[in-house]
Amino acid sequence: MSEWKKICLVSDIPMLGSRRVERAHGMDVALFRTDGDAVFALLDRCPHKGGPLSQGIVFGNSVACPMHNWTIGLAGGCASAPDVGCTPAFKVRMEGDAVHLNLQELATLAIDLTRPVAGPAGKQAACA
Amino acid sequence: MKKSKLVMIGNGMAGVRTLEELLKIAPDLYDITVFGAEPHPNYNRILLSPVLAGEQTLDQIVLNDWAWYEDNHITLHVSKKVVSVDRVKRIVRAEDGTEAEYDRLLICTGSNPFILPLPGKDLKGVIAYRDIADTNAMIEAATQYKKAVVIGGGLLGLEAANGLMLRGMDVSVVHVMPTLMERQLDSVAGKLLQKSLEKRGLKFLMGAQTQDLQGGIGADEGRVTSIRFKDGTELATDLVVMAVGIRPNTQLAESMRLHCDKGIVVSDTMQTITDARIYSVGECAAHRGIAYGLVAPLFEQAKVAANHLAQFGIGRYTGSLTSTKLKVTGIDLFSAGQFMGGEGTEEIVMSDPFGGVYKKLVIKDDKLVGACLYGDTVDGSYYFKLLRDGRSVGEIREKLMFGESNIGDTGHEGHSKAATMPDSAEVCGCNGVNKGAICKAIKDKGLFTLDEVRKHTKAGASCGSCTGLVEQILMFSAGGDYSATPKLKAMCSCTDHGHQAVRDAIRKNKILTISAVYQFMEWRTPNGCASCRPAINYYVTSTWPKEAKDDPQSRYINERSHANIQKDGTYSVIPRMWGGETSASELRRIADVVDKYKIPTVKVTGGQRIDLLGVKKEDLQNVWKDIGMPSGHAYAKALRTVKTCVGNEWCRMGTQDSTQMGKDLERAMWRMYGPHKIKFAVSGCPRNCAESGIKDVGIIGVDSGWEMYIAGNGGIKTEVAHFFTKVKTAAEVLEYTGAFCELYRQEGWYLERTVHYVNRVGLEHVKKKILEDHEGRKALWEQLQFALDGEPDPWFDFKDASVDTRQFEKLSAI
Repeated sequence: MSEWKKICLVSDIPMLGSRRVERAHGMDVALFRTDGDAVFALLDRCPHKGGPLSQGIVFGNSVACPMHNWTIGLAGGCASAPDVGCTPAFKVRMEGDAVHLNLQELATLAIDLTRPVAGPAGKQAACA
Repeated sequence: MKKSKLVMIGNGMAGVRTLEELLKIAPDLYDITVFGAEPHPNYNRILLSPVLAGEQTLDQIVLNDWAWYEDNHITLHVSKKVVSVDRVKRIVRAEDGTEAEYDRLLICTGSNPFILPLPGKDLKGVIAYRDIADTNAMIEAATQYKKAVVIGGGLLGLEAANGLMLRGMDVSVVHVMPTLMERQLDSVAGKLLQKSLEKRGLKFLMGAQTQDLQGGIGADEGRVTSIRFKDGTELATDLVVMAVGIRPNTQLAESMRLHCDKGIVVSDTMQTITDARIYSVGECAAHRGIAYGLVAPLFEQAKVAANHLAQFGIGRYTGSLTSTKLKVTGIDLFSAGQFMGGEGTEEIVMSDPFGGVYKKLVIKDDKLVGACLYGDTVDGSYYFKLLRDGRSVGEIREKLMFGESNIGDTGHEGHSKAATMPDSAEVCGCNGVNKGAICKAIKDKGLFTLDEVRKHTKAGASCGSCTGLVEQILMFSAGGDYSATPKLKAMCSCTDHGHQAVRDAIRKNKILTISAVYQFMEWRTPNGCASCRPAINYYVTSTWPKEAKDDPQSRYINERSHANIQKDGTYSVIPRMWGGETSASELRRIADVVDKYKIPTVKVTGGQRIDLLGVKKEDLQNVWKDIGMPSGHAYAKALRTVKTCVGNEWCRMGTQDSTQMGKDLERAMWRMYGPHKIKFAVSGCPRNCAESGIKDVGIIGVDSGWEMYIAGNGGIKTEVAHFFTKVKTAAEVLEYTGAFCELYRQEGWYLERTVHYVNRVGLEHVKKKILEDHEGRKALWEQLQFALDGEPDPWFDFKDASVDTRQFEKLSAI
């Protein structure tokens, strides 16, 4: 079995935008495309309060989290100073226009991380 | 590539700040060498007074320690005074023969204390007050001697006198003018200051002219023993501190034949006008004829110089407004601007000499141009902000003297006051930052600007309602000499242009795209940041409707997906209910959608709508389709609700049909994007059940027609709307409301609510444009209708509304 799986084409990701990639276990992976057509992959979770980074505004080689506007570097997944903290980054391999992610990484990296729970479900979880 | 060589002469605050800024943006561009005449690393000169007073130690005021220079690979030569520079060979030479070549040279030689040319000035025990050595000499003298004389009743002289007194000396201050600090205070405040310093034990000789200083004989040979005045009187002393002002240190620059006039003359890029390779920042530099002696302008200069050195070369320094406060603990004074008044100005004065409080505000053309406060300076930063913003104060004039809390410009009911707050009090409610944490960060990290405090503590980084308070704390913290700010606030760190300049350029040059704005205005970043891009997207689309194309990737996620993002990454959906009215079939459809998509929570909002919370992003498209109601825009910087009461159709008190009025307003203006969210309310009678007094536009039906109120706000701080006008017909309500909204759309800055917009431009301006100019009002109303005509409903016309539907579908890695 090949270690790398084709996910999509660069053109499937909006420029200065993102797509969410669902995997068998764990949270989604967010794919980002810069205006230079570079593609980066991060766990779709801000290190601050778990905001979905895929929903942020992409600029330069960074994304601003839609929750509290932390700036996260796309290359390493780390927050810009003075904020501290990183989100797991996934390897991306480009073959022509095709974006590939590593299956081994997808199956194992950051499987146990979750997003904060909101709403009535959250209340029940807290009480129990 | 070989690195260029940057040499800096002077190791003070302005210069080192320039290096810090440079290392931030271009860490690998230069090999850096620094020459400092003092034996210390860079320290905070502003805090010498607290050191003298025994409130802090020398170690505590070091800003960049030895390790900092090492970590940044900076070659540091201390105790080496530079004596010559060869501009042809580009070599710097120090007194001891040390040499360094340069490609770029930064001169930051600061200033020298001015020494009066009196006979006896070279005696032992006669010193200036400028650096650590002087401070140490004073501390040393205080242990051995009893009497001290400070010549100079200005800021520095009084700080020196206070410090020496606290160290146990008997101190007299000699001042040539009749009142103290005459450059910062008017005579009333100056006299109050003198009285309270006298109470603390200082003695004063006012209007006294010094003739000479006399030395002793015998054991005191060569040391000062007394000071003699022109009128023949004498005063015995063991120490004389001269604090009569500073002069830009231009000796070296002059020897290099750089043009000097009140300092080394520099351009807006901080390059000397004689030699473009050579920069100068700080107290030695004269920019547009002014050499600044306060830290904040110097830091602004540092930023510009660093930007230019980093070869971005687009920053410009355009001067600063300054204010003053005295760092003598327990004495509050503040002054800024034209506090002395002058031609064409009016003064508002409050004087309570017994209570030790004096306030003077100087107003010109309905704007605050100067302030002088003594005894109660809590509102200093507020007045300074008014001064800087050039905001019209006509509307708040009667209340202006009573300060920010009475005007309600700070917090809910405005009872937060920085000075009286305990350290444990919370300042930033969003991020849970208390006053103590802010003060600590200011002290420990040597913060000077609001931006720095925001970055290091997160205070004021979210909703921003505490910004005024943080500014006050910054101002009153010993470490933060928050004494000046740039005249113009940049939009964000991508540019030096302010919002207005960007708006003007877009209109004047008909710029239609974001990237064209970046190019035209020389942005520092290729595609901006999360703060400027949404603003500029709004500016181009609102200025050139139908021509400029909306860029969805430059909108916040709420506007990109037309729903509100929630903390767990799900969304909430609010269908539009015109004027708050709904029907059984709409409610039935909503109920079915809740069941079908297992939406966990249904809630009625504060704006009379139904909110469906917890919708998965994948379901959004279908939820909209199944609800079959228009988009509520509850997520957008756009017209949200029109809140109404039931009006005369049902209410026994009602005088007008407020529900119909609300429906008409909402149908006419929905899909209207603005600088920020916009809310209307319509009440059917003066009981005002729809709470029209705190809305962007509030309408109240009365027997004879409709009263209109504008620029109210129920949000971050409650602001009561201004009464605007009274009209007779519903058509007029529509026209006036639309015209006001369009004016706000065209002139407001992004994320500026109507209340702040109207505060900035003045209610008079809005009245002139809408009430007095009938043609102009009709034109504005037409422009708005043109912009809204055919605007798509983002829930049903994905393509026209530039909704990228790919965002709703996940890719699969399985």
